[in-house]
Amino acid sequence: MLDVGRHPNISLLAYSEVEKIEGQAGDFKVTVRRKARFVDEDKCTGCGACAEKCPVSVPNAFNQGLGTRGAVYSYFAQGIPSTHTIDPTHCRQLKGKKCGICAKTCQADAIDFEQEDRVIPLDVGAVIIAVGYDIFDPAQISEYRFNEIPNVVTAIEFERLLSASGPTEGHLDRPSDLAVRAEIESLEKKAKKSLRMLEKLEKKYEETSDQFYKKYQDGQYPDDKDRTKWAERYASHLAVIEPLEALKKKAESFTHAKRLAFIQCVGSRDFRFYPFCSGYCCMHSIKEAIVAHEHEPETTSFIFGMDIRAVGKGFEEYKVRGGNKSNITYVRGRVGEIMEGPNHNPVVTYEDTRERMVKSQEFDMVILATACAPTQGIVELAGLFGVELDEYNFIKTSFLSPVDTSVPGIFVCGCATAPMDVPESVAQASSTAQRAAEIVFQSHSEKEKIVA
Amino acid sequence: MPEKKDNDIRIGVFICHCGSNIAGYLDMEALGDYTETLPHVTFVQRNLYSCSEGGINQIKEAIKEQNLNRVVVSSCSPRTHEPLFRSSCEEAGLNRYLFEMVNIRDQCSWVHMQEKEDGTAKAKDLIRMGVAKAALLEPQEPILSGVQTRVLVIGGGISGMTSAISLANRGYEVVLVEKEERLGGMLNRLYKLGPTMMDAGDLVEERIKAISQNEKITVFTGARVTAVQGFIGKFQVDVETGTGIKNIDIGVILVATGARVFASEDLYGYDGKRIVTQLEMEQLLKNGLNPDIKNVVMIQCAGSRDEQRPYCSRICCQIAVKNAMLIREQNSEAKVSILYRDMQMYGVENEEMFRASKAKGIRYINYDPARPPQVEPDRVIVYHALLGREIDLTADLVVLSTPMAAQEDANTVSQLLRVPVDENGFFLEGHVKLKPLDFATDGVFLCGSARFPSNIREVVAQGLGAASRASIPLSKEFIEVEPIISVLADVDACRGCGLCVALCPYGALEIQDTEKGRKVHVIDVACKGCGICAATCYQHALEINSYTEEQIDAQINAFLETD
Repeated sequence: MLDVGRHPNISLLAYSEVEKIEGQAGDFKVTVRRKARFVDEDKCTGCGACAEKCPVSVPNAFNQGLGTRGAVYSYFAQGIPSTHTIDPTHCRQLKGKKCGICAKTCQADAIDFEQEDRVIPLDVGAVIIAVGYDIFDPAQISEYRFNEIPNVVTAIEFERLLSASGPTEGHLDRPSDLAVRAEIESLEKKAKKSLRMLEKLEKKYEETSDQFYKKYQDGQYPDDKDRTKWAERYASHLAVIEPLEALKKKAESFTHAKRLAFIQCVGSRDFRFYPFCSGYCCMHSIKEAIVAHEHEPETTSFIFGMDIRAVGKGFEEYKVRGGNKSNITYVRGRVGEIMEGPNHNPVVTYEDTRERMVKSQEFDMVILATACAPTQGIVELAGLFGVELDEYNFIKTSFLSPVDTSVPGIFVCGCATAPMDVPESVAQASSTAQRAAEIVFQSHSEKEKIVA
Repeated sequence: MPEKKDNDIRIGVFICHCGSNIAGYLDMEALGDYTETLPHVTFVQRNLYSCSEGGINQIKEAIKEQNLNRVVVSSCSPRTHEPLFRSSCEEAGLNRYLFEMVNIRDQCSWVHMQEKEDGTAKAKDLIRMGVAKAALLEPQEPILSGVQTRVLVIGGGISGMTSAISLANRGYEVVLVEKEERLGGMLNRLYKLGPTMMDAGDLVEERIKAISQNEKITVFTGARVTAVQGFIGKFQVDVETGTGIKNIDIGVILVATGARVFASEDLYGYDGKRIVTQLEMEQLLKNGLNPDIKNVVMIQCAGSRDEQRPYCSRICCQIAVKNAMLIREQNSEAKVSILYRDMQMYGVENEEMFRASKAKGIRYINYDPARPPQVEPDRVIVYHALLGREIDLTADLVVLSTPMAAQEDANTVSQLLRVPVDENGFFLEGHVKLKPLDFATDGVFLCGSARFPSNIREVVAQGLGAASRASIPLSKEFIEVEPIISVLADVDACRGCGLCVALCPYGALEIQDTEKGRKVHVIDVACKGCGICAATCYQHALEINSYTEEQIDAQINAFLETD
């Protein structure tokens, strides 16, 4: 990313969308809408002071909704460009309320609430589509109860939990436990607030709320309005404190997730959803299991799959090492159902096809290796560029022209054309660069001929 | 402090607050005051953001107004910001290498957020060290070297041919060297290609035609590369052909030498007749399958995913499925069983072909590597891991899916080009994820099954990709290299032992005979300044520009100074 940001031949138009394209290979005219960020990219240094002070709290999409961000935010810490953006659907100032705290905080004077979208024309010789993919929504598989059992997560959510820069700083806290912690935090806030009010009253009447409340309940102050309010406040304080203490006690017993189950082919190789194999998920699960074991050596992982497809360079060796050194057990079989056991523990029912038995096992957490789904908006995008899609809505290419779309001069690489892993995507990216360069070179030499 | 060039060193130190990223956790005023007391420091300024337009302008003005001849910025990571500050120095008329960066954000304020005093003390240490080094910095000039815009492609298979055509389409001259008498490589021995079932022969013909019509491509068949001298942009390559040795000037080299199909009599009684490899199966299909063959058993992972060859060869499952369908196409009565461990039909097209094959009646039997199939004269006995019992399969023909293995001459190529191979003998790319088509050595690139077994679609993509990587130095026509490289600082000390040459990961060192005897020579454009040679040289003859022993000693001594 840094290389892209710094390269003299690359103009990075982030937070932008293509609106129109005309022309042909060697000579396209493209219209791009640069969406208003309400932050001046040239002035913003990316320091993050504004985001720290922003009073709004929005679920953090980059962390898969685990954790929050402000209305002014940077998508993720190392993002390029390192500028911040104001999200107009949540910003108080942009919604007409009084705020502007970020503008006051910003010492670089980069906040600009007046910024508008800009539409810019581009002349280009070739186009490369690299829009990637989306995660299959596992809630569609009702028997896995993704929405009902908090400790069933997707591989990408798990990735964020494992990440040192993620919402748990790399500790494998279970979502059910995180929810309790969040509840504790919010009750503590409430308790603090009510305590402050109670303190004022305690000072005024020079006795503790507890002492007062006993007397009040004995009927000592039947007509005292001020004291009645105090009593009400104290009662509602107790209504916060009691569950808070109970939750705190509960939280004491929380431990990190140590028994993990990875379920392969969630939405892939499944006739109800995507019949294809998503290719990278077996390695992704193995990697996550190995990393989890590195964090916590007591971790044990089960990986449930039909075939474990570790087909890249060094992959099979990695898989075997995971089994030998990272407590991974590979089970050949498809998981039929996930149910919720005690303590929000998911219970996995599966057929072990090598032992020819249906078994059930309880885990601390279940990770779903979700399918590589064509990205949202791909149909509109394909319509805009006039490129053909395949039957699953990946951008169509052919056997001997693996990065050429159906439109000359428009190329595609990575998971926009089919599921693939990182090395293959990187190699394909170079292929598209080459095909694009061929077009640009040809149109250039033709122009020279015309001039001559 | 060493005494030389003492008098006119004027160091300006800029201490960045990074908003509150640094200033929130360190005592900036104390840092500034302290820095003013350091030797040679004539100017100290604190900036809110040194990297902002305002901060940069302040630095540039100070260089001019204060007549500074060394600049130290004490801020964040050189990874992200060093190029910016260097350029700013240059814009103000100061050599860009008279700049030193000190990272007091990542190394002080971020990691010592709760320890203001200790964090500040550490920042003082780091600044003192940076200043001590800066005083000894020398100006450097970038190294420029021309590039011969001719490409050598080694290997005339599908990946090499794809690269050659693409580079020629971009206007570069290509020399394509193939060891066999005919271009096409492995394709020449294949029947039809999955999943489209295109005729492999047609594909070879099409590519050979495109190459013969392209005047930019010179083809040498029946030829070998026998010697490679030089470095990126300026290689001299000897190509041995039937008519003698040709010496050719080359700018960049592309390795597309492919792989071979492994076979051994130790595998299930392999005999090349009734027990054959998938490659031999292709030939049987090409010739038209004997109609008497009614029962075929294929065994996957024959000679791979075991102790000797622990890797999965990636494409054998696709080949088996494809050949199984082709067998059924030629002998519609034939029963084909595939004995497998995991069916590696990754991706969209492979899985589609896998499904289609099941619909066509191909049988799949899961076996346990601990109880491998037994091949008998007329049948195969296998423990069916899912049924939990042995089954007996009649077999007129047994096809072994043996792995692709590194070419037997891969080591020779590896030594000629000074590029590494991995533990399985395949060529080792610069980075398994981020640089799959580059070698660590500049100017040498990699594609196809020479890197790792790949199918046609993947190989074509890699061929184009490697062409793209190779074209970067070609299109620039010259190479500009950072001068932070190894230099033979003490010629007399060098004994020409060659220890450094053996250890250099970039092939940037060579031993030359000189008037003073055998001495190491640094190929400056190939050197990356990693410092392995300088650290290894027991004679202390080699040094790295901007990281000289004197400079590093000064830093260490500055660290050890206490108030």
